[in-house]
Amino acid sequence: MRRVLLLLLFVALLPLMPVMAHADGAADALAAIGSGNLDQMRQGIADLAASGDPRAVIIIESLNNNTLFENDDNVLFIQNTDGSFVNAATGAAAPGLTADALQQVFADIRARAVINQVLGQLQLFSPDAATRLNAAEALFRSHDVAALPILAKAMAKETDPAVRTRLEQAHAAAVLFFKDAPVDQQLAAVAVLRARGDLDSRALLASLSGQPPEVAAATRAAVETIDRSLQLWGILQNIYYGISLGSVLLLAAAGLAITFGVMGVINMAHGEMVMLGAYTTYVVQQVMHQVAPGWYQANLLFAVPLAFLVSGVVGIAIERSLIRWLYGRPLETLLATWGLSLVLQQAVRSIFSAQNKDVDTPVWMSGDFHLAGLTITLNRLYIIMFAAVVLFALMAALRYTPLGLRMRAVTQNRLMAAAMGIRTPWIDALTFGLGSGVAGIAGVALSQIDNVSPNLGQNYIIDSFLVVVFGGVGNLWGTTVGALTLGVINKFLEPIAGAVLGKIVVLVLVILFIQRRPRGMFPLKGRAAEA
Amino acid sequence: MTSTDTNVSRRKLGKLGVAAATIAALGAVKAASTPARAQAPAVVGKAPIKVGILHSLSGTMAISESTLKDVMLMLIENQNAKGGLMGRKLEPVVVDPASNWPLFAEKARQLLSVDKVAAVFGCWTSVSRKSVLPVFEELNGILFYPVQYEGQECSRNVFYTGAAPNQQAIPAVDYLMNQIGVKRWVLEGTDYVYPRTTNQILEAYLHLKGFKPEDILINYTPFGFSDWQNEVAKIKQFGSAGKKTAVVSTINGDANVPFYKELGNQGIKATDIPVVAFSVGEQELAGLDTKPLVGHMAAWNYFESVRTPENRAFIAEWHKYTKDPKRTTNDPMEAHYIGFNMWLKGVQKAGTTDPDAVIDALIGVTAPNLSGDVSALMPNHHITKPVLIGEIEPNGQFNIVSRTPGLVVAQEWSPYIDATKDLIGDWRAPMSCGAFNVATGKCTGGGKKA
Repeated sequence: MRRVLLLLLFVALLPLMPVMAHADGAADALAAIGSGNLDQMRQGIADLAASGDPRAVIIIESLNNNTLFENDDNVLFIQNTDGSFVNAATGAAAPGLTADALQQVFADIRARAVINQVLGQLQLFSPDAATRLNAAEALFRSHDVAALPILAKAMAKETDPAVRTRLEQAHAAAVLFFKDAPVDQQLAAVAVLRARGDLDSRALLASLSGQPPEVAAATRAAVETIDRSLQLWGILQNIYYGISLGSVLLLAAAGLAITFGVMGVINMAHGEMVMLGAYTTYVVQQVMHQVAPGWYQANLLFAVPLAFLVSGVVGIAIERSLIRWLYGRPLETLLATWGLSLVLQQAVRSIFSAQNKDVDTPVWMSGDFHLAGLTITLNRLYIIMFAAVVLFALMAALRYTPLGLRMRAVTQNRLMAAAMGIRTPWIDALTFGLGSGVAGIAGVALSQIDNVSPNLGQNYIIDSFLVVVFGGVGNLWGTTVGALTLGVINKFLEPIAGAVLGKIVVLVLVILFIQRRPRGMFPLKGRAAEA
Repeated sequence: MTSTDTNVSRRKLGKLGVAAATIAALGAVKAASTPARAQAPAVVGKAPIKVGILHSLSGTMAISESTLKDVMLMLIENQNAKGGLMGRKLEPVVVDPASNWPLFAEKARQLLSVDKVAAVFGCWTSVSRKSVLPVFEELNGILFYPVQYEGQECSRNVFYTGAAPNQQAIPAVDYLMNQIGVKRWVLEGTDYVYPRTTNQILEAYLHLKGFKPEDILINYTPFGFSDWQNEVAKIKQFGSAGKKTAVVSTINGDANVPFYKELGNQGIKATDIPVVAFSVGEQELAGLDTKPLVGHMAAWNYFESVRTPENRAFIAEWHKYTKDPKRTTNDPMEAHYIGFNMWLKGVQKAGTTDPDAVIDALIGVTAPNLSGDVSALMPNHHITKPVLIGEIEPNGQFNIVSRTPGLVVAQEWSPYIDATKDLIGDWRAPMSCGAFNVATGKCTGGGKKA
């Protein structure tokens, strides 16, 4: 009788055993994750996912997002976005717990690889399409054969076309690593990956080995096709990089085209005007942090006009105090402005410090997107657009405004312009101010892609002169074409010759070009002698 | 009076004048040869010991080096509070060589011959160290060099408290090879002696381990390089050949900032192509948004995240000194900490600041490091160090993922390069040689000057 009762008890408890085993399994897995031993953590993550614990996804996601903590007794906690903590295993809130009492639990990259694999499977059925897309992508990268059944199930249920395509690619990736898959399925998988046609699928196809002969042939052909298309896209990508470098050069050189081109003044302090614009951006960001944090993402819009004003005013001051005594004496101007550039650098070092300053990139300018086979980084794209806007604004200012008219008159024939009643000294000052102001705007753009330090100007002064001389002194179109040409040539040479040699070759090419055409590509006609 | 009287009085006047002038001249000479007592510090009767600090405070390397000047000032201040060295105050002499390599040599000469410092703590880039090396050897000075470097050097006048390649680069490559399973390598460096030599050693090492030349890509960029679009795209492409690829980065200075930003922009995650850097630490990450960089690695002998009581005390002291609770600590700072304590012990052991005596006394000196071990200064003028590999975390600190169980002795001459595989450095008498060839039994260079 007692035996029968015991047997009944055992049978009654039987359904609970998996749950209890799960609970134990989950507890063991959590202990392994918090153990501090990285090998155990990897195993713990896999075990936790397999345990079926309802909180498994939340805990693993928390580890992935760096919000998992543990206390001195190795109990795990998850930090919410508001800074409060909940017990990881139970979800119960832990009021009064602060980060000082806890240590953060970090996954290393091997653990993160396991997390990607595991989350991929767990998140395949999430209600959010973006999550499902990421899960499918993670499964594509991990090409885990064990995920085949779950992928098939997900594909059957999927309604979103983009996610469905990604699931098919993930399925194809897994099939190719499944040695016992039938040949026609493998061939179909190769075709799917070839259609995807990017670096990741090429990497995957190239890593396959030990396939049956027709599949191996199809894989090789697919890799070749992808390589050819990637090569074409590579050329377009290089052109994009060249244009982006060219736009940077254009911004830096446009101001110089005006001061050097219009006035014939060699301004070695031009780089420092750029540097002042970059520091203006830094100051604007610091001020907005304190005063108007809500508007912070728009800080560049405030920085641009301010940088123009700051550099412009400094430019006018330089012209009035230093340059105007040295017209017609280029060597003295060169020396004087070189000395001025050193003074400005040291002034900035004394006011701010010799260290680099951090200038943030606004959220809307960070990251990249894919356009067919091209990777377009957003910050560079905005800089290209900005350079175009600045160029056209400058041209419009020169052509359509009264000031621009007077500037052009003074450039073409100073004596005649003076005879017509134009106050040439004042126009000189304003021209110099305009050129410096444009340099200041360039500084705002450069602060996004280069380090902001007192030496920032030194990196761009030589390139600016190269562009202006190459493109034709005094001609904005010449400067544009010069900048874009130099940028593209530089970027095409870089993969072949390396960055250092590439720059040398460009310099030699420009020198040879100047030998043939000393006045540059598009020289201005009819320039009068300086005053 | 008669002319005779005048003559006599003139002669007397002349004699008086000469006597007065002579006395005045003697007095002036005496005054000049005695040091001005009024300028001496509080410790009466003893001149201070001057310590030179030769770190770039401006230019492309200021991002890395200026914090080393600050830690030296803190260490000197703390030592003075404990009574100085041998009863004398320590006086720091700070110069700014401004990331200008020839200027490093000029400033070193100034420190040694004009300021007459007892020791110099300085340099970061190997090119700066190579520039000052002839000055230190000519003027018989002492340099404590705190930064990881490429080896292939063992000077009598330099004490290398940073890592040699077998204390940083080789273990990092081993970790990638064995633990991460990397099969394809990108060696990305700044174009000067340290990356070039380190990559030469690593290439030889990788060939030895069976990796083919087509699986190794080596690339150099100039100091301050900022347009990384092309280079990063090349890395991405090299990494898509189907084998696990990693980048071994010897990029130095502020070129690292746009490099890591571009990695983030082009979406290269550490789980795809991990980057292990040798010259990027907490200080270089301080100005970066490190969220896209999580998982990328650095190899050092110390991280701020090391959990020992010594390290906690050091960090607390550092925060108090800089009045900035967010100031980071890093490996070269720890190297200066160890080197400074070793120098103090060396001077006390020798009983004098005379360079020859101190150089001989320093061998065998031990000092604790901040990871709980005791570091020893070996006869090859290098110190023993543990090797740690850390992964970048979102807060800019490093999560330590690997640690050698004990301390590693430096191999200053690389065994993987034919020209140097038979060389050892040993500055103890009777060998007293920086480059002794064990195969031929001859001292091939850097022998002690008679």
